[in-house]
Formats: sequence, structure tokens, C-alpha cells
Amino acid sequence: MQNLGLEVLFKGKNMIRLLGGLWVALKISLISVAISIPLGILLGAMMTWKNPIVKAILRIYLEFIRIMPQMVLLFVFYFETTKAFGWDLSGETASIIVFILWGAAEMSDLVRGAFESIPKHQYESAEALGFTRAQTLTYIIIPQTLRRLLPLSINLITRMIKTTSLVLMIGVVEVLKVAQQIIEANRMTSPNAAFGVYLTIFIMYFLACWPISMLARYLEKKWR
Amino acid sequence: MNWTAIADYLPLYEKAAVLTVKLGVLGIFFAIIIGLICAVIQYYHIPVLKTIAGFYIELSRNTPLLIQLFFIYYGLPKVGISISPSVCGVSGLAFLGGSYMAEAFRSGLEAIEPIQTESAYSLGMSRIQTMRYVILPQAFSISVPAFMANVIFLLKETSVFSAVSLMDLMFTAKDLIGLYYKTTECLFLLVVFYLIILLPVSLLGSLLERRLKYAKPGA
Repeated sequence: MQNLGLEVLFKGKNMIRLLGGLWVALKISLISVAISIPLGILLGAMMTWKNPIVKAILRIYLEFIRIMPQMVLLFVFYFETTKAFGWDLSGETASIIVFILWGAAEMSDLVRGAFESIPKHQYESAEALGFTRAQTLTYIIIPQTLRRLLPLSINLITRMIKTTSLVLMIGVVEVLKVAQQIIEANRMTSPNAAFGVYLTIFIMYFLACWPISMLARYLEKKWR
Repeated sequence: MNWTAIADYLPLYEKAAVLTVKLGVLGIFFAIIIGLICAVIQYYHIPVLKTIAGFYIELSRNTPLLIQLFFIYYGLPKVGISISPSVCGVSGLAFLGGSYMAEAFRSGLEAIEPIQTESAYSLGMSRIQTMRYVILPQAFSISVPAFMANVIFLLKETSVFSAVSLMDLMFTAKDLIGLYYKTTECLFLLVVFYLIILLPVSLLGSLLERRLKYAKPGA
């Protein structure tokens, strides 16, 4: 059996450091999700307005953000704001802002989809039964929309967590960076550390995302 | 904006874009194959293989591509599996994409009601004929929107390739910024090139979706 380099993890505080790095990534994604979900709901509701100018602006914003790789958004935001406005944003702040912009765009699209998935006859039946516009929304449309929306927004959380692994590229010290440091520091004593450490991170991300995906799938099945 | 610099950088970006698209297309091709195999395994409930496919799908869907690439590129050589950056990129993309494709195909297959299969059997069609003439054509049109969304998603994910020292668009942009500090020009070109690659695919996706709306079974 070859040496898998797992012993590095039990040396000193290495495991704690890795978990700390994962926490940095999770923190960024949780803050971004917490802000982008309400923002996305707001934008999604605005997308259903009839005003063509609001619609066109939102549409361009949405399509641009959703078509660009998140890595490109990170780079553009991180480097351009420094150059154009002279802002000296830390990598963490820049990534949170980018993930909020991206998350809000994704969320607003989900909200729009959920609203559009409600058949027109629901509105018409409600009107025929004498519901006012506000009553129709609160008692009929929003409860159904929420059911469709909740599993999808929970999925957005896992996507956000997975995407935060990219912040390594703009110099945030998160789990991958810590891993590189650990591997570098133990180059002489355990040359195979890369295998064990990267495998551990792989499993860590899986353990962070898997329960959330399962919850989303459970809700999706339950509420179908 | 310094246009002469942009003209100078253009050939470099073109080369990088070709590489990005090439690796992306290859990765997506293998992802489709893996996805089809997994979807068929799950559809027919083949005993042991079904568990393996399910495990693979969960594992690949719940981990980021960057981590997968790091593990393949830096981790695997330590246990004797050494591969070149481009093979690593393609296999990483195929590993990630396989599960997404499998889910897209599976939802298409499952949307076809069992009565269709039963009717085909009672008409004397064989298992393969049923699949070929009854199930697949309908399942295909149902899974097209999810399939196109996956293609766009995977093309976007190629931006991570720069992490394993592949000279893709991201790598070129980073490299040029580091060399000449023409940040605005480099990032502008980066955005433009990604738009050139991704916009047509996105437009094709919405076009197909609109056309196939009328091809839904029973509608």
C-alpha cells in the first residue's frame, strides 16, 4: 500500500486549519445567500411588472450576469473597481458583492419561473369567486409559488457554496489556499500529502453540500 | 481604452478561445456519454450498477469542479496516476457534467408514462424498438431545455481550467494583466470572448426550447 499522505492531517493543528478555511468559504456563501435571496425575490417580482423600461434593464442585467462565468465576474469586479474607482476592496468583500449580484440574478429568474408556472386560470377562477387582487396573491398565488420556489432556492445555496471555491483565485485564504500551505510546509516529511489533503477537501465539500441537496430533493418530492 | 494593446492581444485570446472551446466540447461530449449510460442504468433499475451510478451522481453534483480538478491534477499523481493538464481538464469536466447530463436525461425518460411502454410491447415491439421509436424521441424533446442549460453551465465551468495551468481565456487574461498591467483592456477582451462563445449557445437554447414546446407529447 502506497503512502496516501493522510498523516499530515493529524499533525499539529492542520485539520482545524482546514476546517477554518472551509468556514471562510461557507461564511462568504451564507452571507451572499442571505442577502441575494430577498434581493432576487424583489427583482423577480419587478420582472412581472408591465413597465417595458424596467423590464429591459433587468433583462440585460440578468442575462449578462447569468451568461458570464462567475470567475470572470470575480476578476472584472475585483480588478476593475480598484482601477476605475480606486476602491481597495479585500478579496472577501469583492467576492461577497459578486456573489450577491450573481445570486440575486439567479434567484430572480427562479422567482419569475415560479410565477409563470402558475396557470392563468388560477387568477381567473379567483377573480370569478370574488377575490380581490391582493387576496388572490396572498391566498392563492404566493402559497403555490413558495412551494415551487423553496426547493429551488435551497439548491441555490449548494450552488453558492460550490462556487465560493473560486475565491481562491482572487487571493482569499480559504480551504484550498490553506491546503496548499499545508502541502508546501510538509513537502519534505510527507511528499504524498497532496493526495490526502485534496481528498479530504473533496469529502468536506461533499459533506457540506450533500445534506442540503437531500433536503431540497425531499421538499421537491413532498410538495409536487 | 488602449485599442492598439487590444489589437496586440487579440491573437493570444483567439488561441486561448480555441483551446477553451475544444476542451469544453470534448468534455461535454464525454459528459453526454456518461450521462446517457447513467440515465439508462437508473431507468432500467439494473441492480448493482444503479447504486454505483447513484453514488457517482451525488458525489459529482455536490463538489465544485475546482476541487475535482485539484484532486485529479495534484492528488492523483501521488498514487501513480499522472495525466497531462488537458486530459485532466477534459476528464474533470466529464466527471462533473456526467451527473448533470444524467439528471437531465433521466427526468426526460421518467416523464414518459409507463402506458407508452406497455402499449408498445402489446403492439409487438421489442425492448430496443420501444426505446428507439417510442421512448427516446419523446424523452429527448422533454430534456432539451435542461440539456442546453447544462451545456452552457459546463462551458462556463471551463473558466476554472486556468487553475491546472491550461492556457485558456482566464489564464491568458491573468497572464497579460500580470505582465503589462493593462487591466481594463485584458478584462474587456475576456468578457467579449466569453460572450462570443456563450451567447450563440444561449440563443440556440432558447430557440430550441420555444420550438420544442409544440412537440410535447399529448399537448
